[in-house]
Amino acid sequence: MTLRRISIIATICLFVVGLLINPAQAFKGTYKVGAVFSVTGRTSFLGDPEKKTAEMLAEQINNAGGINGHKLELIIYDSEGDATKCNLAVKKLITKDKVCAVIGPSLSGTSMAVLPVAEKNKTPLISCAASYKIVHNEKTGKPYKWVFKTPQTDTMAVEAIYSHLFKRGLNKIAIISVTSGFGASGRGELIRLAPTYGMIIVADEKYGPKDTDMTAQLTKIKGKAPAAIVNWSVGPTQVTVLRNWRDLGMSSIPFYQSHGFGSRKNIELAAGAAEGILCPLGSCNIAGLLSASHPQKDVTMKYSKDYKARYNEPLSSFGGHAWDALQMVVQALSNVGDDKAKIRDYLENNIKGFVGQHGVFNYSLNDHNGLTKDAFNMVIVKDGDWALAD
Amino acid sequence: MEKITLASQLLQYLITGLTVGSVYAMVAVGFNIIYNVTEIINFAQGEFVMLGGLIMVFFHVAMGLSLILAFPATVILVTLVGMLLDRLAIRPIRQPSVLTLIIATIAASIIIKGAAMFIWGKDPYDLPAFSGRNPITFLGAVIQPQYLWVIGFLVFVVIALSIFFDRTIIGKAMSACADNADAASLVGINVKQMILLSFALSAGIGAVAGITMTPISLMEYDRGVMLAIKGFGAAILGGLGSFPGAILGGLIIGSIESFGAGLISSGYKDAFALLVLMAVLFFKPSGIFGDIEISKIKRF
Repeated sequence: MTLRRISIIATICLFVVGLLINPAQAFKGTYKVGAVFSVTGRTSFLGDPEKKTAEMLAEQINNAGGINGHKLELIIYDSEGDATKCNLAVKKLITKDKVCAVIGPSLSGTSMAVLPVAEKNKTPLISCAASYKIVHNEKTGKPYKWVFKTPQTDTMAVEAIYSHLFKRGLNKIAIISVTSGFGASGRGELIRLAPTYGMIIVADEKYGPKDTDMTAQLTKIKGKAPAAIVNWSVGPTQVTVLRNWRDLGMSSIPFYQSHGFGSRKNIELAAGAAEGILCPLGSCNIAGLLSASHPQKDVTMKYSKDYKARYNEPLSSFGGHAWDALQMVVQALSNVGDDKAKIRDYLENNIKGFVGQHGVFNYSLNDHNGLTKDAFNMVIVKDGDWALAD
Repeated sequence: MEKITLASQLLQYLITGLTVGSVYAMVAVGFNIIYNVTEIINFAQGEFVMLGGLIMVFFHVAMGLSLILAFPATVILVTLVGMLLDRLAIRPIRQPSVLTLIIATIAASIIIKGAAMFIWGKDPYDLPAFSGRNPITFLGAVIQPQYLWVIGFLVFVVIALSIFFDRTIIGKAMSACADNADAASLVGINVKQMILLSFALSAGIGAVAGITMTPISLMEYDRGVMLAIKGFGAAILGGLGSFPGAILGGLIIGSIESFGAGLISSGYKDAFALLVLMAVLFFKPSGIFGDIEISKIKRF
């Protein structure tokens, strides 16, 4: 009896000791980084890959021994694409979870809503949303002190398209855009930058985000005989407009899409009509196509391979924005530790030539986005897949 | 590229307008069938169109059934959904007023949309065109073979419905319910069954509209609401309850959108259609083919 009891107690003791000797004990301490993404809701196509990317990176970093021996603890909240929820989540991250930096949110709207929180609490925030206004204070004309962002702006996409048109000697263009926020913003930039690149806009057509046919708009454009067409939309309309373009026998007019076209699914849906379409895409969409000497070749290939292996789904370029944001914070942490002000200063002064998924970043006092139009590659659809355009 | 003449442009606008208008007309006819028997507006009408498109994609593309088999299978399945809508959402309501019934259809449309989002996700789906995608050039305008299918099915629906309502006993019984439900039940017509039939019919027509339009414009889960609004506008324009009115209304709204977008401004094309709708209602509140005397005795 007693022997059995002793053996049971001994087993329990060993078990408890075993629990105490946790691999986590090997870390010196933890660095807490917060994240807010639209993981669910209408804009989950942005937040979901961002969350998965951030989790994958944190796992990789901790498996490799953490940051200078510190464990990276990532606290992720879901904003559901809602400005109020996002605001609360960021407040909670800063005051309750006491994170040293925040990455996200995923949308321009939610990012604008949390700007003041980051500024007030003096916490560095790296947004994963597109709008230029996130890092441009209208009053001072300078970036907000504590806020950075990773994705390219509409302006860069327009510049990339216009540069390509300019190189081909095409300057008489027709623009067609969807009447949503994305389309309106792109259209605004297309019109604003046209004179800089010597572009003459001969037609400016629009369609609704739920429209089923754009033949009328394209027929009107056909009547104006432009040298090229630029379309600015996301979702099914950007496929419908392509089919109408092909059906109307307008394939001889080069067709440019915005960076919103960057999904292979769109090529499939176009059922052959996407052949010859040009669009600007970030490097991580087309890792396999980059030349071996391209600075982003290695990071994009690794990310794409890891992501596919880990989640068994194709890479979404949106996840790349979270990759860029988190890796910058990690680089700052490994150099200056988890002091908020030091991280901010490091980001502004020392993120130079940072090779990310969507470009090579150079932050500075007046530029908290750090990218130029070179962050886009002009890509053409060839044989149902992307190819680099020349 | 050769320049397109104004005449060809106008022809192109007309063809596009008639195609889009045919879809609106089919939705409007669906509204009218249910309205005639029950006096309610079924706001889930657009959802039938969406289901038609997506179920057809499932049968034809995912399961690989041939067009001839997948088409009737889809129509039957959507018809069943329409009948379920009547049995589960409309009939159980106690002391039905027209307003509560309409609200029930709005709820049903939200549920159907949500279910479709769960089943198919948020991505749009494509369907191969029935007879290829090689456009036909006609006097400088371009016609997709699928356009002819859409317009052709509208014509087919119109002919089939007029035979049904004028020549068959059931059709006449339905028309009787439309005229006076109490009197109809006195002469032995099962009004409840007629209501069920009206939901089945309009769901079937909605499915046809969805199946024929998907190869042109793709289909995704939340397309229904916009189509319902346009189809409702067409039904009102033509006079609620009138079949010729619904068809004319649909074709007019489609054409105005197309000509408005092409000739004036594409940003305001929805506004043109609504302006014409308002103008017609201002001069003739019962719609083009509507009868003011009949509309007075209706509850809605």
